[in-house]
Amino acid sequence: MKISTKWLSDYVNVDVEPQVLAEKIERTAVEVDEVYRLEDGLKKIVVGETLKVAAHPNSDHLHICQVDVGEDEPLQIICGAPNIAAHKKVIVALPNSRIAGNVKIKRGKMRGEVSEGMICALQEIGFTEGVVPKKFVDGIYFLPDNAEPGKPVYPYLGMDEDIIDLDVTPNRADMLSMRGTAYEIAAIYNKKVSLPHLEVKESTKDNVADYLKLKADTELASTYLMRLIKNVTVKESPLWLQKRLWNAGVRPLNNIVDVTNYVLMDYGQPLHSFDYGKINGNNITVRLAKAGEILTTLDEQERELDEHDIVIADDKGPIALAGTMGGQSTEIDGGTTTVALEAAVFNSSLIRKTARRHNLHSEASMRFERGVNRATVAEALNTAAQLIADLGEGEIVSGVAEGSLEATTPVEVSISLDKINKVLGTDLTIDIVADIFKRLEFGVEINKNVFTVSVPPRRWDISIPADLIEEVARIYGYDNLPATLPKGELTPGHYNYTQKIIRETRQLLEAAGLTQAVSYGLTTTAKAQRFLMQPSEATQLSFPMSSDRTTARMNLISGLLDDIAYNVARKVKNIAFYEQGRVFYREKGTERPVEVEHVAGALTGLFETATWHNTKTPVDFYLTKGIVEHLLHTLGVTENIRYVQANGHEEMHPGRTADVYVGNEFLGFLGEIHPNIAKEYHIERTYIFELDLKKIITMPKQLEIYTPISKYPAITRDVALAVNKSIQNSEIVSCIRKNGGKNLAKVELFDVYEGEHIAVNFKSLAYKLTYQNKKTTLLDEDVSKDFAKVVAELKKEFDAEIR
Amino acid sequence: MGLKDKLTELKENALKEINTAEDLKKINSIRVNLLGKKGPITEVLRGMRDLPKEERPNVGSFANKVRDELTSAIAERKERIEIIKISKRLEEEKIDVTLPGVPVKAGQPHIIMQVIDQIEKLFLGMGYQVVDGPEVEEDHYNFEMMNLPKDHPARDMQDTFYITDKLLMRTQTSPVQARTMEKHDFSKGPLKMISPGKVYRRDTDDATHSHQFHQIEGLVIDKNITMADLKGTLQLIARTVFGEEREIRLRPSYFPFTEPSVEVDVSCFKCNGQGCSVCKNTGWIEVLGAGMVHPNVLKMSGIDADIYGGFAFGLGPDRFAMLKYGVDDIREFYLNDVRFLKQFSQRG
Ligand SMILES: [Zn+2]
Repeated sequence: MKISTKWLSDYVNVDVEPQVLAEKIERTAVEVDEVYRLEDGLKKIVVGETLKVAAHPNSDHLHICQVDVGEDEPLQIICGAPNIAAHKKVIVALPNSRIAGNVKIKRGKMRGEVSEGMICALQEIGFTEGVVPKKFVDGIYFLPDNAEPGKPVYPYLGMDEDIIDLDVTPNRADMLSMRGTAYEIAAIYNKKVSLPHLEVKESTKDNVADYLKLKADTELASTYLMRLIKNVTVKESPLWLQKRLWNAGVRPLNNIVDVTNYVLMDYGQPLHSFDYGKINGNNITVRLAKAGEILTTLDEQERELDEHDIVIADDKGPIALAGTMGGQSTEIDGGTTTVALEAAVFNSSLIRKTARRHNLHSEASMRFERGVNRATVAEALNTAAQLIADLGEGEIVSGVAEGSLEATTPVEVSISLDKINKVLGTDLTIDIVADIFKRLEFGVEINKNVFTVSVPPRRWDISIPADLIEEVARIYGYDNLPATLPKGELTPGHYNYTQKIIRETRQLLEAAGLTQAVSYGLTTTAKAQRFLMQPSEATQLSFPMSSDRTTARMNLISGLLDDIAYNVARKVKNIAFYEQGRVFYREKGTERPVEVEHVAGALTGLFETATWHNTKTPVDFYLTKGIVEHLLHTLGVTENIRYVQANGHEEMHPGRTADVYVGNEFLGFLGEIHPNIAKEYHIERTYIFELDLKKIITMPKQLEIYTPISKYPAITRDVALAVNKSIQNSEIVSCIRKNGGKNLAKVELFDVYEGEHIAVNFKSLAYKLTYQNKKTTLLDEDVSKDFAKVVAELKKEFDAEIR
Repeated sequence: MGLKDKLTELKENALKEINTAEDLKKINSIRVNLLGKKGPITEVLRGMRDLPKEERPNVGSFANKVRDELTSAIAERKERIEIIKISKRLEEEKIDVTLPGVPVKAGQPHIIMQVIDQIEKLFLGMGYQVVDGPEVEEDHYNFEMMNLPKDHPARDMQDTFYITDKLLMRTQTSPVQARTMEKHDFSKGPLKMISPGKVYRRDTDDATHSHQFHQIEGLVIDKNITMADLKGTLQLIARTVFGEEREIRLRPSYFPFTEPSVEVDVSCFKCNGQGCSVCKNTGWIEVLGAGMVHPNVLKMSGIDADIYGGFAFGLGPDRFAMLKYGVDDIREFYLNDVRFLKQFSQRG
């Protein structure tokens, strides 16, 4: 809502700078988007009179104009506007002036002729296209004939008025009007409003009942009124009215429509004017549309209606979409002589739906959606009727046609002083609070510290005690509230176990060298369905915004691969990411997905780059596995972990993927992504892991208990064996453990070798076995005996050659 | 030549030899040669047997003196050699300390998580619980329980990704509050919670809009919670995130689930309230919304609004991070450009 402080000053007199007023409004009522004057940024724009207009010899559309700008000599200005004419008052941008968009106008030559400035259209001095009167949209603007050449144009056009643009919250629709805003400003500054009330002069020749019979369903229109103005002349509005409209952001059209828009801004009451001559019959009905009914609205759109649209209908059918847009068939035009003027209160939720369905959001529909002041519907109608009669030299038919009329009474709300102070944390007195209600022009009665407040209908947002507390708080001033912290019973603040593990997991992975990524939770169905750890249906949006974001993710890896691809495309090639977040698994036949906390990682390129000091470390399966092992171990998952060769993941390298189990519980998987996937993302070999963090959290953990460090020395033995390549390390280790004897404390793999000196299809593995006893010093012979047994078993079981 | 003269000559030769010795090995062999059982001093002492009895003590003490002198000369020289040796070694071991250190391989938290962590820690310290809730939410909890019935005009303020008529991607984390309020047992104390997490809006992504972002909503319900308590709490958030000198101001606003509702501005940390591009020359930056919990919200959750009341606030870690670090495109947070993420490595 654009508030002109000049207009406002007609209603309430606060003598403060617009910036100060805006700041006060912002702190007390609603947000302010901007404070400005249309003249801001303009320089040397003056009134000019076109003394002579001659065709340009070298152009078929330019004119050479001699323009009086109040100097001794007229200026020669070249003008290309189609509507240029002699003896008109025009807007002149003098040499070295500044027009809209910070454009500087200089003396120059156009096709060989000197041009000392520019004759301007309204758009060129900062008017938005949408508020320029239609007849001046494609040409220059003509100022009133009495404009004085050489004087700045701003006052003639209202461009010197200060405009405060309010961003009105849905609850404060009372401030979508000049009058409502005036009440608010008066309350803030402790002033009184003085609002003019135009008296209606009715013609007594006939009565509106002779012309109109209204019928309105009160569910659809709680108030529905009409007046009739006869013998009007449709023409341009006077400039004062046009100025008020364009300063409010509305395009002037003609005196009838302009009056309805003016009253809309003044009272916040939407009105609609019909050409009475085009209405079929005398009966106007407010009803729901029938499915399939067609109405061509003012914007020339043919609209198919349904039974949720409220329409205004005459004997033949709909003539307007109530509260949103009129119909073309009854539009006011140059030939209109009788105007049927409507003022109503329509059902807000139906208007809201209609506006949405037909995408017809207008100043009127917005006010009906948010509510209008029920107490001034008739007054707004009368004011508009009188203005139309005045400006169109018409006469008002006596009487108001009534389809429905809602009685308005103030709402009473009670609240105690104690409650106010208890909620606000203040020590306000009875007097302070009573004064606030009085400033708001609410009725107030006080009885033993209880206020009974009677709220006028113009503040329909107030209905419960909490609403009154807000009024007190904001007028008293939020700056005046003390700042304290909640007192009362102490409560412990700590993460729960799940939250703690999730945060530990993040820190562990960061310490392990992975950087946290936060990717999008919504992706394509195809990407959502990859890297699945369990069967799941996709959870899809019913109206996605883009085809890239249609489905809730069921894995974290797809998002991480998107991230890697984004980096690789920007020449960042060494990446180590992890992400912790939720995946959405949905069972067939259910609507709601289950949300499971997962953790995943993705690594590509070099884990560590070569430095002058160190060699490079490329990422690989075992580096990735090391991270997984470290994570699980540190989170207390230490027993029965198995890494099982897995070739069943479609998106993974079949030879380089392992499923991770704890006992028989599947935790997740790790490995290299399939070359086809890498190719699709245009990335190099990439290693990933994804684990079900929820399972890790709920899994029983090994309690950490201190084991005394053995005082007795350990003895080690090394064994290197050549075995068939297909034999896995895990098999050998479990064979060693099984046959190692009671003193075998540790088995470590320290070398893996293939190539020279080893038969084709064979590999060499070397292990260090550590023997230790907690109670005694081991004898070399005992260890040798145990070791020999292991070696023999290895030979036997794997057909191993001991090297 | 008498014994004494012999000893004196011996001493002088030996001292010369000692003081020119260059390494420990040499000094050791000098020591063994001079002072050992077969050494010249022992030899001289043995020769004392041939001396008259009365001369023996004199010569004996002289010999002991010589021996002591040589012993300490050896010790001194030894120390000297060691000092030389060490300083030589130190000299040789000199390195170029300006060569770069070996980089520590460390990852780091995402910038938004850093903001969330910071705020979580503040509130844990004040006895709040951190409560998580589903990202796929019911319309009932996301809207209706927040005093936003189906036709409510404020529903236009947030466009929603619906999954079915009843299910949606949550547009705020306040449904977590509704769920927690329903369950909370007030006989066990007040409810003090924050709910951080991802939220979704049906928006087209651009520099200032993202269909996914984060929120932290806070809620306190007890018997004597005041708006002044809200103001103090908000001041603490502003100062924790944006610096100790920050001031806040509250402006009236509208949220269906609070009454009164306020918008909260923090004094500009870039210009200290003087006016700059960050604060659009106002000196203030809008950072969050808050208010006193609407009685309808309490009633819907089965809480007696005559006895209990409280405050709620909601803030956007994305917005906080953008403001704090001068990030001008919200999409950066979710594209995960390593060069972007790595810029925010300072903690604390
Ligand atoms: Zn600033």
